[in-house]
Formats: sequence, C-alpha cells, structure tokens
Amino acid sequence: MAETRKFVCIACPRGCPLEVDAEPDGKGGFAALAVRGNACRRGEDYGRAEIVDPRRSLTSTLRTEGAAERRLPVRTTGGVPLGRLVEAARALDGLVARPPLKCGDVIVNNLLGLGVDLVATDDLSAAAAADQGRKPAWNN
Amino acid sequence: MIPRERRDVVVLGGGPAGLAAALAASESGSDVLVVEREERLGGILKQCVHDGFGLVRFGEQLAGPEYARRYIDLVEGRRVAVSLETFVHSVRREAPAAARRAAAADGDPGFFVLTCVNRDRGVFELEARALVLATGCRERTDRQVFIHGDRPAGVLTAGLAQHLVNIEGLLPGRRAVILGSGDIGLIMARRLTLEGMEVEGVYELKSEPSGLSRNLRQCLEDFGIPLHLSTTVVEVHGKRRVEAVTVAAVDQRGQVLPGTERRVACDTLVLSVGLIPENEIAESLGLSLDPATKGPRVDQAGESQAEGVFVCGNALHVNDLADYVSESGEAAGRAAAAFAARNGAPAARGRLVPVKAGPGFLYAVPQFVDRGRPGKAVLYFRSNATLREGARFAARAIGPDGAPAATLLEKRYAALRPPEMERVEIDVALVPVDAAAVSLELERKEGLRG
Repeated sequence: MAETRKFVCIACPRGCPLEVDAEPDGKGGFAALAVRGNACRRGEDYGRAEIVDPRRSLTSTLRTEGAAERRLPVRTTGGVPLGRLVEAARALDGLVARPPLKCGDVIVNNLLGLGVDLVATDDLSAAAAADQGRKPAWNN
Repeated sequence: MIPRERRDVVVLGGGPAGLAAALAASESGSDVLVVEREERLGGILKQCVHDGFGLVRFGEQLAGPEYARRYIDLVEGRRVAVSLETFVHSVRREAPAAARRAAAADGDPGFFVLTCVNRDRGVFELEARALVLATGCRERTDRQVFIHGDRPAGVLTAGLAQHLVNIEGLLPGRRAVILGSGDIGLIMARRLTLEGMEVEGVYELKSEPSGLSRNLRQCLEDFGIPLHLSTTVVEVHGKRRVEAVTVAAVDQRGQVLPGTERRVACDTLVLSVGLIPENEIAESLGLSLDPATKGPRVDQAGESQAEGVFVCGNALHVNDLADYVSESGEAAGRAAAAFAARNGAPAARGRLVPVKAGPGFLYAVPQFVDRGRPGKAVLYFRSNATLREGARFAARAIGPDGAPAATLLEKRYAALRPPEMERVEIDVALVPVDAAAVSLELERKEGLRG
C-alpha cells in the first residue's frame, strides 16, 4: 500500500513542504512514486532520496598539530546514510590535521567505506614561530 | 603627532559583508583598507562550519569557512590592504585641511578620521573619504532575557558555544537545554549532539519556531531532539555550575502558566534568543536607526543619511543567508568607491524617497530609494506573521497627492514566514521624480478572495 509522507525539503533554505508517495519495494525498503510541493529539481531528487536512502552531509572539525589554528573545519563530499551519521562523526575523533592544507584538500578517502571523501573546508597554515605559546593549548 | 594613513575607502569588518564591500570597492578602482578586529578574516563564518552557504551565489552547498575563503582569496588576490587585530576606538568627521581647503569644492563633506589601535603600530589614524560599516551583529545575552535564578558557569549564548566547539575544540558540557529556536540554536543542537553531548530539548517562548524549516528538520528531527513551543526557561539552578533549569508553559502573551513548571537536569543552558545589529560606531556618527531592523536607515546602495557612510550585511539588519550579506556588501562597496572618487565634489545624490512598509511587514530594507541611483534596487523584507495560505506582495510609488502613481512590482508567494527573508527587485526608473513614497503592501490570500 502506498502512503504519503510529508516533510520539509532541506536542499536549500527555501524549505519547500514536500509530499512524497512511498510504497514498500518488497525488499524491506521503500520506493518513491511521486514528489509534490517542490519548487525545483533538487527538491524532487531530495524527496525521492529521503524515502529510498536518506543521507546527510557531515560537517565537523578536526584537531590540529603545529597549525596556526586549533581546529580545521571539514565536510564530506556527499551524503552519509542518516543512520550512520553519528558513527561517521565518531570516526573523526582520532584524526589530526597537520599543515599546510588548502581548502578542498582530501583528508580521508572513502570515509568508512561510505563512498564519500572528507575534505578540508578552510586553509590550514603552520603556526608562526612568534605565535608559539601565545594561545593556551587546551588540547595538548 | 599621531601617524595618519590615507585611503579612499575604509571598510570596518572583515566578515562576508566587509569582504564583498572591499572587493567591489577595489574593483571600482578605489584604494581600500579593511579593518578587522580579529586575527584573521572571515567574521562569523569562521565558526559556521555547517554547510548550506553559497547556494544563491555559487550554486553550491559550501561550509561557512569555505564560503569566506572564496572571498578572502579574491581580496588577497587583488592585494587589498587588510589591517588585522586592529580596533577602531572612535570615528569623527573632519573638514578638508586648510592646505586643501582652497582647492576643495563647496559643500565638500570632508573626511572620516578613524582613531585605531593595534599591536604593531600602537595608536594611529586612518583618513578616508568613504566609510563602509560591516560590523555584523551581536547576540542577545542572558541579561537581555528575563530568567530568574543564578548565573553559574554553563550559561552561554549559542554563538559562544559554537566558538568553543568549532574554533577552540572545547565541549561546553554534557547535557544541554537550548532556549530559543533561532537558527544558531538549532544548528548547535545538532553540532553538540554529533560531538557527544546530550541535548535534552529546545524551548521556544513563541508559538512558532524562529528558525528555518530546513533546520528544524535536519538539526532536530534527524536526531529526535524535541522542540517545546510556547515554553520557556524561567529559572536557572546551580552554584558553581548549572545543575538544572525550570521550564514552564506560557500563554499567548508570554506569561507563565502556573502549575506547568518542570525541573530539567542539565549542566549547560544555551541561549539562542536573537541577534541585534552592531551599531556603536553608526550611533557615534549620529546615524538614525530603524526600530524595526535596529540598523541604520539606508538607501538601496546602503548609504545612510550621513553622506559617505555606507552600511551593509548584518550591521544593517540580521540576514538569514550569507549570500544576501555579500550582495549588500557589494552594493555598498561599489557606491562607496563612487563616492570617494568624487573627491568631495558636490553630491550627486538624488532625492531620497522613503520606503513605507505597510501592515503585515516585520520590516523592509532599504528605508529609502535614492532616485539618483539608476538601475535596479534590491529590497529585502520579512512578514510579521506566518502566512501559510500565501500572500500577494506589491510595491507602488505614491504620488505627491498621496495616491498610487505607479505599480513597481507585484508578486505572489505560496507562503511567507518571518524567519525567511524575501528578496525582490524594483526598477528605480519607474519611481516618478516627485514620488512621495514607495509603498509596500502585503495581502493575505484569504483577503484576496473576499
């Protein structure tokens, strides 16, 4: 039996209210039949994906060593399955970023085998000698 | 004698508004200097590590630092001068110096002189023909919302929590209650959860959430974090550290409903209770502020009623998209460069036609349309209530007799919500030279049928 699911589109800040007809695919999951309420193609894609395989990009920060900043912001290059988002966040806990890095540099290839890479979302430069000891070292 | 440096345009603030303003002014041929208080450029975007920035500008979902980086690279590529870790102490207007006065045109508004201080140069002055205020906004704090009880460690604003987690790498506690459903609060609910904190719930005094719908979904629903509407924190408990808060339901006027109080154990109270444009310098220059936006009144290029002072980004009004902050920065930067290039020649400024937002608007920016600036004018507005059934927007020029003289724009909206800012464009040429006002109207769809 098809059912209609209602949720807000997260593809852009506009936040269209979507209605998606979903039907069991016979394999324990769901198939999306029709998407309504979307203002663009991204909404259609998101509406379908949300039924079949909901994913979210993961954004976080990494610990750094020898860098001008204490944290390096990072994100995944694509969606992580929603059910594994927390697991993916935990997988970053032990990582250390070392300068120099440029915004967009790949930090981890194929994170947890999920088919997405982890990339830097800012440059990371080495700590200037004069700055050593200037900042309290909370982490170390 | 205090050393003085001369520039065409000085931009205060190196966040998204200031960077876009500096870039646009530089591209227009101005000699620009950006003054930034912190140790690197990027403003608040440095700590906004979540994605969703740049969809309008770049057609991509960028993280905050990534969005800032695009502008920083452009600004550095043009070798725009930047003065980091520099604090502006005061700003004053100065008449053209005696030596230059003979050559100065009548009505020359003179220069702005900024008294600044930094580690390398000590106290120094900057002289500029035009000033761009891109100073962003401030969070409302626990002092600006009424909560009984103690103020132990563990009461912090959402922006401070964001700074601690994303810049310093520190987790502020173990179990948090979030007061206020603004976007930063929602984003921090997710961020703290992903970093291993427990977020007990988000409490909102109003009957509707303040943040974007998408953030309710991806920051709360995804993680099963409850949102309690018409509920607020009435008391904080704890001596050295927060131990609990008391929450209670409120009526439509925000009055606590007796008997609904409930004690919630937590060690952290995160406040996401609103942002206010930062306007200390604007006020010191005598700029008049709009009580609705809490920012200066400006024309479509961001020029305030004080000639040569331009305002953009969150200093003007609190935006929900960085993309629009950049857009307003560009407009201000370009206009500031043009102002500086006149070098004191009589103002080319046209008549300022007031923009009057009618019932149904929370606010509209700009507050004036300068007839002397040809081309399109971008208007931003917010409705003051959720209009789920849709609405019709109209912008009309009002003639000197008070009657509508021209329709500038009509537009239908499927729905309007106060947290979601809308952007429209009008053609300034359509505003009659003698217009008394530009009137903005908002009609509910139900009203249209009747």
